[in-house]
Amino acid sequence: MLYREAGQFKSSYAEDQRIFPILQDRIAFWAVLVFAFAVVPAIANQYWFAAILTPFLIFSLAALGLNILTGYAGQLSLGTAAFMAVGAFMAYNFELRVPGMPILVSFALAGLCAAAVGIVFGLPSLRIKGFYLAVATLACQFFVLWALQRFGWFSNYSASGVITAGKIEILGVEFDTAAEKYLLTLAIVSVMALAAKNLMRSETGRAFMAVRDMDVAASVIGIPIMKTKLLAFAISSFYCGVAGALYAFCYLGTVEPEAFNLDLSFRVLFMIIIGGVGSILGSFLGAAFITLLPIFLNLFFGAVSHLVGVEIPHAWLSNIELIIFGALIVFFLVVEPHGLARLWQIGKEKLRLWPFPH
Amino acid sequence: MKRNAFALAIAAVAAAGFSGAALAQAKEQFVPANFYWVGPYAPGGSGIAGGMLDYFKLINNRDGGINGVKLTWEKCETEYNNARGVECYERSKNKGPTGATLIHPLSTGITYSLIEKGTQDKIPIVSIGYGRTDAADGRVFPYVFPMITTYWSQNTAKVKFMGMKAGGMDKLKGKKIVNLYHDSAYGKETIPVLDAQAKMYGFQVTHIPVPHPGNEQQSQWLQIRQINPDWVILRGWGVMNPTALKAAARAGYPRDKIIGVWWSGAEEDVIPAGDAAKGYIAAGFNVSGSNYPVVQEIMKHVYAKGQGEMEDKSRIGSIYYNRGVVFGIVTVEAVRKAQERFGKGKPMTGEQVRWGLENLNIDEKRLKELGATGFMQPLKLSCADHEGGGAVKFQQWDGKQWKVITDWIPADHKLVRPMIEESAAKYAKEKGITPRDCAKEAS
Repeated sequence: MLYREAGQFKSSYAEDQRIFPILQDRIAFWAVLVFAFAVVPAIANQYWFAAILTPFLIFSLAALGLNILTGYAGQLSLGTAAFMAVGAFMAYNFELRVPGMPILVSFALAGLCAAAVGIVFGLPSLRIKGFYLAVATLACQFFVLWALQRFGWFSNYSASGVITAGKIEILGVEFDTAAEKYLLTLAIVSVMALAAKNLMRSETGRAFMAVRDMDVAASVIGIPIMKTKLLAFAISSFYCGVAGALYAFCYLGTVEPEAFNLDLSFRVLFMIIIGGVGSILGSFLGAAFITLLPIFLNLFFGAVSHLVGVEIPHAWLSNIELIIFGALIVFFLVVEPHGLARLWQIGKEKLRLWPFPH
Repeated sequence: MKRNAFALAIAAVAAAGFSGAALAQAKEQFVPANFYWVGPYAPGGSGIAGGMLDYFKLINNRDGGINGVKLTWEKCETEYNNARGVECYERSKNKGPTGATLIHPLSTGITYSLIEKGTQDKIPIVSIGYGRTDAADGRVFPYVFPMITTYWSQNTAKVKFMGMKAGGMDKLKGKKIVNLYHDSAYGKETIPVLDAQAKMYGFQVTHIPVPHPGNEQQSQWLQIRQINPDWVILRGWGVMNPTALKAAARAGYPRDKIIGVWWSGAEEDVIPAGDAAKGYIAAGFNVSGSNYPVVQEIMKHVYAKGQGEMEDKSRIGSIYYNRGVVFGIVTVEAVRKAQERFGKGKPMTGEQVRWGLENLNIDEKRLKELGATGFMQPLKLSCADHEGGGAVKFQQWDGKQWKVITDWIPADHKLVRPMIEESAAKYAKEKGITPRDCAKEAS
């Protein structure tokens, strides 16, 4: 009833090639963007910005990067956190050592450094596939962390190896409150998500998907396998690098190499598995699930123990959260192996028929 | 119908939970209890949390609060993870009538993440015995307090202890020392000061890292056996400690030549190693034992009423529990001092408690009143000196308990303070901070 495209005609190629061909989709999308940019800064408090929204956006970007590599190009990678680390530390070094470097240029250059590292560690993908490639990217994860700890240059020879990100100043405007950092992150993530969506609809994206589905057939029809795979690694690492730079500058403010450990790589992988591999929306849904659910469970159990009046031992609460979190992951994968994005798609399909079941 | 009822129930629970937390009474001092009760470092986190909260309960029950202002707290699990620590901080910093009093991050990593946030929000970050060492220079770090003793200070005290055992500091020349450290921000902090002391006294120091979490140390101890040093400094945390002692036993290295830092010197670090830990020496800025008057008071006024934090009563009086009591004493005394200036019987803001911390003076007389003589050392802070104490005691594990084997050994402030000021000045230059002028602020 609400979600019909009756009466919507496309009269130009541009209209035909839109990301959101249906008017209702476009309205919903712009409503979400306006809400995120204009309404949220007015109503949310600092806790929401600093602890919930900004990390959600940063991890969405990292999940987007991994989705490009694993979901669209089919190259399984466990080195996501290492690329984020490269982005974070190189952004810090560019800001520190080049006087007057604009922060956005630092982010972009940090992303390019991460892309270079990604290309180097993507070379094994030309020979091995699937699970074995994951092990090779594991080497990248450990090597990058080792290099960042061993060579003091990366952390400006600080005694503890911890770097503190500098101030963010764009065109004279200082971004130092949590709300401003949220808006900066939101702007960068929106632009890069749009770029990713269009990239995946273009010839590059189709080449990625061909390599994912059957790389022998892809090379037979003329797709250059080496260039495609390395390009996938480069673009994915660029996204992860920018996410890492945002993590250091807009979220925590200080990072040590240990913060980008294997645990984080697995978290991002779980985000895309739960959200939906091969889907841009899936990156956002998965990131929301993994970053927000533990906080929600924490608050929920706090409220429950408050209400019931019994003080449950705190260690129990934390462990119950972990148990429920794991159980929910298993549940979602059983109910819908293609992730939350598929559930969203099914929802939209049902909405087209609503309220008529046939 | 069922679905609606279920959704309503969830909403009701959420609303009740949030509204319950919002009910704030006027005369309360809120202290966030952002510690960790799960994970590999849980013994330390839960022990310290238990000691601190039990001391707060003692003050509330026995004295009716600090001049009538009762202490309140809320627990938040940080899992020793920086992102969770920041999230817990953001959640807890505005609770209570005057916001959070101060915050004990109980993690060097989380301390680093909170330094800028705490300074902006005017909430003191108190990192007793850990944290960013150069924050002892209060002119550059006005809201960070690495109190009682920093890593660099206790390191110099350890070298003094080694000198004592060798028969004089000049006898250290030519000796070999290995620094076995946890490969994290915490572990790496003492490398520069050890190198400086090696140059000063003429000993050879080798730094050997152990990757987190540290339950694989075979190769490191083989390397140590090859070097055959006179002393090994064990700078571990959590499971790395008992693993090191067991590996040392297997490698045949005598445990009484291993000196641990105070985060490697608790019962939870040695009991899992069993007999391998006998003779191991560790430094500490507090001692174990439950027959100190302050601990006895806690038993009388808190546990007798069934309100104690520790389910396992044998942990009362352990090193981590007593450390938590020290945290509690410091917090309460700082608020008390702030009240002297800004209004007795009123809840204090973070900024006022910062003044209280900088003018904190817990002397021997006050320690006697608190029932903590010998339990902790006298503390005197100032605007420029956010450390205050600097001395440690050394204790040896005899298989059943920790026996104190030295008196308070002070740190080498002449060596450490210039290094702290240099490092703080570098940070100030990098961040564009103008150091405070303590003489102007003296009031």
